[in-house]
Amino acid sequence: MQFLQPATWAEALEAKAAHRDAVPIAGGTDVMVGINFGRLRPALLLDLTRVADLRQWDTDDGAVRLGAGVPYARVITELGDRLPGLAMAARTIGSPQIRNRGTVGGNLATASPAGDAHPALLAAGAEVEVASVRGTRTIPVTEFYRGVKRSALADDELIAAVRITPPSGPQQYSKIGTRNAMVIAVAAFGLALHPARRAVGTGIGSAAPTPRRAPAAEEFLAGELDGLWDSRAELPAATAARFGELVAAAAAPIDDVRGTARYRVHALSVMARRALTWAWLDYRKGDPTCA
Amino acid sequence: MRLTCTVNGTTRQVDDVWEGESLLYVLRERMGLPGSKNACEQGECGSCTVYLDDVPVCACLVAAGQAEGREIGTVEGLAPPGELHPVQEAFLEAGAVQCGFCTPGLLVATDDLVSRSLAEGRTPTDPEIREALAGNLCRCTGYEKILDAVRLAADRMAGDARQPGGTR
Amino acid sequence: MSAPTRTPAGAPSAVGGPGGRIGDDARRPDGVLKVRGEFAYGSDLWMDDMLWGVTLRSPHPYARIRSIDVGPALAVPGVHAVLTSDDVPGEKVYGLELADQPVLAFDVVRYQGEPVALVAADHPDTARRAAARIVVDYDVWEPVTDARVALGHPTWNQVHDSPAEVTELSRESADLHPHGNLVRHLKVRRGAPAPTADVVVVGEYEVGMQDQAFLGPESGLAVPGEDGGVDLYVATQWLHVDQRQICAALALPPERVRLTLAGVGGAFGGREDLSMHVHACLLALHTGKPVKMSYNREESFFGHVHRHPATMRYEHGATRDGDLVYVKAEIYFDGGAYASSTPAVVGNGGTMGIGPYVVPNVHVDCYGAYTNNPPCGAMRGFGSVQTAFAYEAQMDALAAELGMDPVELRCRNAMEQGSTTPTGQVVDSPAPVVELLRRLEAMPMPPAVPTGDDVDLRDMPGGVSNTTHGEGVRRGVGYAVAYKNVAFSEGFDDYSTARVRLEVVGGEAVATVHTAAAEVGQGLVTVEQQIARTELGVEQVVVHPKDTAVGSAGSTSASRQTYVTGGAVKAACEAVRGQVLELAQRGVGRPVADLRLDGGKVVSDVEGIALPLADVLGEEVVEETVEWRHRPTESIDPETGQGFAHVQYAFSAHRAVVDVDVELGLVKVVEMACTQDVGKAINPQAVIGQIQGGTAQGLGLAVMEEILVRDGRVQNPSFTDYLIPTVLDMPPMRVEILEYADPHAPYGLRGVGEAPNISSGPAVLAAIRQATGLPLTRVPVRPEHVTGT
Ligand SMILES: Cc1cc2nc3c(=O)[nH]c(=O)nc-3n(C[C@H](O)[C@H](O)[C@H](O)COP(=O)(O)OP(=O)(O)OC[C@H]3O[C@@H](n4cnc5c(N)ncnc54)[C@H](O)[C@@H]3O)c2cc1C
Ligand code: FES
Ligand code: FES
Repeated sequence: MQFLQPATWAEALEAKAAHRDAVPIAGGTDVMVGINFGRLRPALLLDLTRVADLRQWDTDDGAVRLGAGVPYARVITELGDRLPGLAMAARTIGSPQIRNRGTVGGNLATASPAGDAHPALLAAGAEVEVASVRGTRTIPVTEFYRGVKRSALADDELIAAVRITPPSGPQQYSKIGTRNAMVIAVAAFGLALHPARRAVGTGIGSAAPTPRRAPAAEEFLAGELDGLWDSRAELPAATAARFGELVAAAAAPIDDVRGTARYRVHALSVMARRALTWAWLDYRKGDPTCA
Repeated sequence: MRLTCTVNGTTRQVDDVWEGESLLYVLRERMGLPGSKNACEQGECGSCTVYLDDVPVCACLVAAGQAEGREIGTVEGLAPPGELHPVQEAFLEAGAVQCGFCTPGLLVATDDLVSRSLAEGRTPTDPEIREALAGNLCRCTGYEKILDAVRLAADRMAGDARQPGGTR
Repeated sequence: MSAPTRTPAGAPSAVGGPGGRIGDDARRPDGVLKVRGEFAYGSDLWMDDMLWGVTLRSPHPYARIRSIDVGPALAVPGVHAVLTSDDVPGEKVYGLELADQPVLAFDVVRYQGEPVALVAADHPDTARRAAARIVVDYDVWEPVTDARVALGHPTWNQVHDSPAEVTELSRESADLHPHGNLVRHLKVRRGAPAPTADVVVVGEYEVGMQDQAFLGPESGLAVPGEDGGVDLYVATQWLHVDQRQICAALALPPERVRLTLAGVGGAFGGREDLSMHVHACLLALHTGKPVKMSYNREESFFGHVHRHPATMRYEHGATRDGDLVYVKAEIYFDGGAYASSTPAVVGNGGTMGIGPYVVPNVHVDCYGAYTNNPPCGAMRGFGSVQTAFAYEAQMDALAAELGMDPVELRCRNAMEQGSTTPTGQVVDSPAPVVELLRRLEAMPMPPAVPTGDDVDLRDMPGGVSNTTHGEGVRRGVGYAVAYKNVAFSEGFDDYSTARVRLEVVGGEAVATVHTAAAEVGQGLVTVEQQIARTELGVEQVVVHPKDTAVGSAGSTSASRQTYVTGGAVKAACEAVRGQVLELAQRGVGRPVADLRLDGGKVVSDVEGIALPLADVLGEEVVEETVEWRHRPTESIDPETGQGFAHVQYAFSAHRAVVDVDVELGLVKVVEMACTQDVGKAINPQAVIGQIQGGTAQGLGLAVMEEILVRDGRVQNPSFTDYLIPTVLDMPPMRVEILEYADPHAPYGLRGVGEAPNISSGPAVLAAIRQATGLPLTRVPVRPEHVTGT
């Protein structure tokens, strides 16, 4: 095994172009588990933790550009107001030690259906900025997931950042686990209300081969909210319930050690209904963030 | 590969490190610092918690090479030789140590939590303690006495003239 | 690089500072080493030229081994040895009670993870890669994975009224062992054979497979000796029973197989069977080099026995007033591929399986079966943990049927001193079951379910995962009570050996206590010091490293060490004291009345004498070795189960308060309260620590812990998917300790460790049932069970 530690982004991209089978490592919270148990034996480890650009975030044209290597702990403390959904998701990830190391870039590249960043990114309508020596391209996160643990990343590409437009409305994130901390999602749901666009964003985790949106639920709710955005009137309970059902209908889960498919579908309907109720309450109060 | 880093304030260099080794393996098997424990190698138990540039991490999930040039603090470095850090003292006094396998990681995590709280001029609340220590499994104690120990250490350290984290 | 060395000479020995006596919160003698990270656990041992040993394990739950080719592994540079069953010089099978488990598999593998071959190499990764190159040709068979199917009665006997209704298993390989698939069948027959009652409740229950999940995985270091023997430093629970089995496998006499206890990172029963012990010795003897073996977490799940899963059917009959008339129970323990402690587990489940209640008519059939599931054996509270879930659920169901308060029903039928157990044994020491329950009832309740806008998510079911802000949350309260035998039962010759020495070191009298009793975290080393300080009146007590140079102490299990090894240390101290007083009187030149040891002096208040011990002893070294036994028990009648089976019972009770999100099926335990009679708290802080830790393990089994086995294969051998409670899952606890002395036990003490592990889970279940209104007959409760999905 070789170990490369590029100091700059350009060097990193060159190294990846030269060694397409190199495995990048950021927080190592996925990679090292694989190596420790002999399931991963890369010819080359490409350490990205020295690339300063990856560990920064800034705002660009109103959007947050979150470097792929910013650990979750900083997403929570530094971006809770700008990216509330992602910060809420981050708070559910692993433990403090994991959040001190693990990154959104790593979560994306692993592309596990259970990754907690995904539902929040889907709901927020994020874009993934990937780069190679060939250049940079931007992939809508909806198109990033290509199968169980497969993504749209080419073998010479690295993830540079995610771009997320800060919300014009409330966001929520809920996750089911059978323990009160340190648990991989049995099912997860992210919600973003976008009053400025009069739109609704959703994200479903751990309930399909890839993280996915619930488009029918989004359309339904956007329609129902059409008259309500301005009046900020109470949301009919039946609307929330129907929304929950439509979210659940978008899932295609399986039975596994963590839960049954039936439970996942059921839990999604409950989480979506509740998340919408809370988000709408916040919206009525005029508070775009909630925790 | 050769690895050079600072461990508990001392520069250490080791050779022949296999690139796939974890920082935990290097500390335990190559540097003679077995205080950090290996109970899972998958980030789930926190027994291997060490400071990496002042941030608590699972040493089992840090690739050895990632520690190049970094500062690492382990349980062995919490107190000067022959002395006990207030957190160590509190764990003993409260009866928070049974088999002790979880203890080194908990001590580092507790030191970090208490130091951060004290830096904000307060001691941690119970819910904060629980959330901060949720990555450190203990199979023996049921955690009650660990909570006692953290409260005790926080109170003592708050009353101490010592700078927060100064004994790291 | 120069290799750092942590030689076995650094194996933990404990020097006591100023300490405490019986009844004090004495500090652990190993505590300072532990908080400094200097305590040498098995996995910390190191020798300069040592090799790393690894195990190749069967991927199949059931298969015939056609051939094993070790050639490719031997060819890997850095590999020093590759061994198979052919290289085992002595007995090829071992076992705690029944020798039926291969040291290394030959002919047949009977569970997934069974050791097949060993490799020693100079780096653990080299050894692992080499092991992967061993070629084993298997003829794969269909596994037998259901205990009742394995026994040939897949339906309840009670329902079909014919214990021998045998369905033929279709294949030749259906019998896992030459003696069939039955490990033990225990019958309890008391009172009328066919009793009837006004009110009858029937329930079927299932308990999943729990893991000990001790944090320090199996590890040890074997060092070949110059005499052709071996020294093994190992984290274990019972040095001498290990030694016996290792000797048999290696065909060596005990004096050539010397064991020393390495630091133990928790045990809970999981180290009572051998794991890497013989393997490391084989590799060390074969290579002539020290060999270290250390399992990782995944291998640990395959490397030790688990708690037996159980399926149970109970029928309780009572009068309209709530007096129990009869209990019928049919209990199946799945022992997995090898016997391990299954006979004793069946013993506990069968003899104590109806709980601490007085019942005139009892009819119990308790079975232990072989299957191709992972072997199951000792885990804290074994046999009783499983049955308590069933009998306490039955008590609640009966109370509901009768319209009675569940605590009232329990108190009405509770055992007390003088009661007769279902096995015909008269309870001859305090049995304060009623008081335990009443005290729980009297404890204040935690605050109500938090509501409102600013709920702290950490107080909610689901925690920071943000699944409820109060929606769907219902509170439930549940009670459960348990009793458990302390020490070994059914006629087992249960003893411990203690060697105590008193001498002057540096002008001060110092006692040394030497036993082979394994310290696994529970604090026995502290207790040994406290007893020696109390009995000998000295401050300085050294706890000698635990090894086989002294006689057996028996197992660190069955809540027995403070009782049995404590008793042995007390007796040895008394013998030493007798000699010292003799010396003192010789010095005075006459018999002195009222002579005792106190504060480092030989004292007689009556005669006004206070001689410094150092002066009395001078150069003299007083040493006594005592083998100490608790009063004997008897084996039970094979047809009726009657007999004086158990030497002592421990009693505990729990009240659990839970909040359940009934829509999502998520549970938050809000508070656990526990009352326990400990006879005498030798070290109150350690006693409370045992109660809190035991409570956590019971709670874990109730709501999250299960090794999932499908078709004989473990689905979740990792801490990612085998979940144990975190600090966010454990609620605050209230503990009240009662101290009713058992007149038969040293200091009146009662074993502590297991009882709270037994009553906590059923209390949590009762509380969840109350919150949800569901019967919930399977443990652990999953969200699916609560939501019906
Ligand atoms: C104990 C534990 C608990 C966990 N709990 C959760 C949880 O609750 N929720 C959850 O979602 N996840 C969880 N995880 C998984 C993991 O922490 C996350 O997936 C995390 O986001 C990974 O980030 P990382 O920086 O550590 O990735 P790494 O392990 O460093 O890398 C992960 C993958 O991403 C690739 N990669 C990393 N950075 C880049 C880049 N910039 N460009 C291209 N490829 C890249 C790597 O090659 C690798 O394939 C847990 C892990 C552990 C060990
Ligand atoms: S050993 Fe690193 S977290 Fe368990
Ligand atoms: S004291 Fe044993 S794991 Fe915590």
